[in-house]
Amino acid sequence: MNHFSPELRAKAEALVALYPQRRSALIPMCHLAQGQDGYLTEEAMIEVGELCGVTPAEVRGTATFYDMLHTDPVGKYVVGICTNIACMLSGADELLEHAKGRLGCAVGSTTNDGTFTLEETECLADCDVAPCVQVNHRFVRTTTPEALDALLDELKSGGRSDEIPPHGTLIRVNRSVPLQASKDAIVSERTAMRDAQAQRAEAAK
Amino acid sequence: MSTTIVTARRPFDDSFTIERALATGGYEGLKKALKMTPEAICAEVDAASLLGRGGAGFPAGRKWSMLRKNPTTYLVINGDESEPATFKDHYLIERDPHQLIEGVLIAAYALQVTQAFIFIRGEFALGLERVQAALNEAYAHGAVGQDIFGSGFSVDIVVHPGAGAYICGEETSLLESLEGKRGFPRIKPPFFPAAIGLYGEPTVVNNVETVSNLPWIVSNGGAAFAALGAGRSTGTRLFALSGDVLQSGVFEVEMVKNTFRDLIEAPHLGGGVKGGRSVKAIIPGGVSAPWFYPEHLDIPLGQDEVAEAGSMLGSGSVVVMDESRCMVRAAWRITKFFSRESCGQCTPCREGSGWLERILYRLEHGGGRIEDLDLLLDLCDNIAPGLTWPPQQTTICVLGPSIPSSIHSGISHFRDEFLAHVHDGGCSYDR
Repeated sequence: MNHFSPELRAKAEALVALYPQRRSALIPMCHLAQGQDGYLTEEAMIEVGELCGVTPAEVRGTATFYDMLHTDPVGKYVVGICTNIACMLSGADELLEHAKGRLGCAVGSTTNDGTFTLEETECLADCDVAPCVQVNHRFVRTTTPEALDALLDELKSGGRSDEIPPHGTLIRVNRSVPLQASKDAIVSERTAMRDAQAQRAEAAK
Repeated sequence: MSTTIVTARRPFDDSFTIERALATGGYEGLKKALKMTPEAICAEVDAASLLGRGGAGFPAGRKWSMLRKNPTTYLVINGDESEPATFKDHYLIERDPHQLIEGVLIAAYALQVTQAFIFIRGEFALGLERVQAALNEAYAHGAVGQDIFGSGFSVDIVVHPGAGAYICGEETSLLESLEGKRGFPRIKPPFFPAAIGLYGEPTVVNNVETVSNLPWIVSNGGAAFAALGAGRSTGTRLFALSGDVLQSGVFEVEMVKNTFRDLIEAPHLGGGVKGGRSVKAIIPGGVSAPWFYPEHLDIPLGQDEVAEAGSMLGSGSVVVMDESRCMVRAAWRITKFFSRESCGQCTPCREGSGWLERILYRLEHGGGRIEDLDLLLDLCDNIAPGLTWPPQQTTICVLGPSIPSSIHSGISHFRDEFLAHVHDGGCSYDR
């Protein structure tokens, strides 16, 4: 019995087919699993391991290296506030303090109702709209406490769901086609190219 | 008057669509390239003298030439932009994905690679969606896949999302991550993935901005590109300006022809320092770089010019800190970043970054001791012996030796401020 839904399983298998070695699909597949469950569950890590040819322990050991992969439950909305240098110069520490008070939770923890998880992040590469705030890795561009409050209210009442899907859903655009270049064509093309290159090199002498 | 190469589609709100790309010359460079020999394209890139736009500034043509001896197997595009205050690739990824894809295809053809990966940091959800959508459009258009534009050349591109780790911007770490592992940089030598890259095969890793220049170079010729800028720094470059300036943002300027002062003060660029204050320090090229001060403002924005002055153009970011800023706090925050992002493989970096961060924390928060200043420098010297620039390395990658830059800069130039923190528990700035 698979933990992945049939649709997710199909997506995961299509993902594996994109790489010369299946372990390469591990991280994108963890994102897909988070899209189904909101975080990386024990069952999901077992299935990722099976599909990528590694043990569940290796999946966990890899996933925990990365900030975006959560092996414990998080809120429906993960609010990340960057406090790195450019954002610090624009009042990020003050905005983070405000968010802590407003949500009533510490950095790295989740509100009691399970709606919001608050994170202090490193640079998110959007420093011209500082302090930089992301919700579920979408740039929301709320730089003041007032704007942040308004956004949190809106999210809590179910607003902006088109723009900001629940945590875990990362890329909503599916790849339209599998790999196209046929292996045989590539081999013959390579051979022809090498011959042509050799001829040109010979002619240049 | 300014030349725009990679931001030419900036005036258009729909710059990321294939309709806009095709209406403004998109994929014309690729079509021209497919009629040339791969060697001829490499020659144009050599003639352009295109320096890599990722941070190290290595000539792209030379990187490619290592591959020509050693048939390439993979092309990997580094879109893991995470150097603090750098956000120019973010711009290119979100706003002009077709230009990026066209650049990837030109590079793939020049290197005769049949599979390319675009590695984009996971935090760019919109960017990932835009590039995947653009790639789908490009496949439908016949620009990617089997027998592209009827040329007989076949290539596939895969968009690969990262999962949040600064270290993956380091190219060997990026390859590990692409192989589905922790982002641990690989031991050097070999210094270049051209020898042993993805899955142990010869691989070229190029930055997003680097390949985004290729459609223009092929269309207009390497000589036209080399005619811009001066010396080794040719073409234009994207600068990500942030901090205490009136207009922060991504600006494309011709290399060398502008100075840091122009970037910060020109009305069409930074527009000046906020509140009419003056510059206290600037961080050129990312937080790994030694700081500059008001006396450096007239240095031209060129790779060698900045290097000769003792820092680096790096990733093209410029952070401005005005006269009201506390340098202890700035050094602490940057060190905290390195401490959080150290991958943990090498002892000097793993232990050193955390230790440095704790010392700076207590200095910033009023618990510092006079001996802390020497201790900070001594620890920095353990990570990058001699505190030279470019730094000596005691670690597998350059993350560790980058840590001392801000601390050494801060203590060397603003010792009084550090002493004020020791004696008075803080300084008069930033409060």
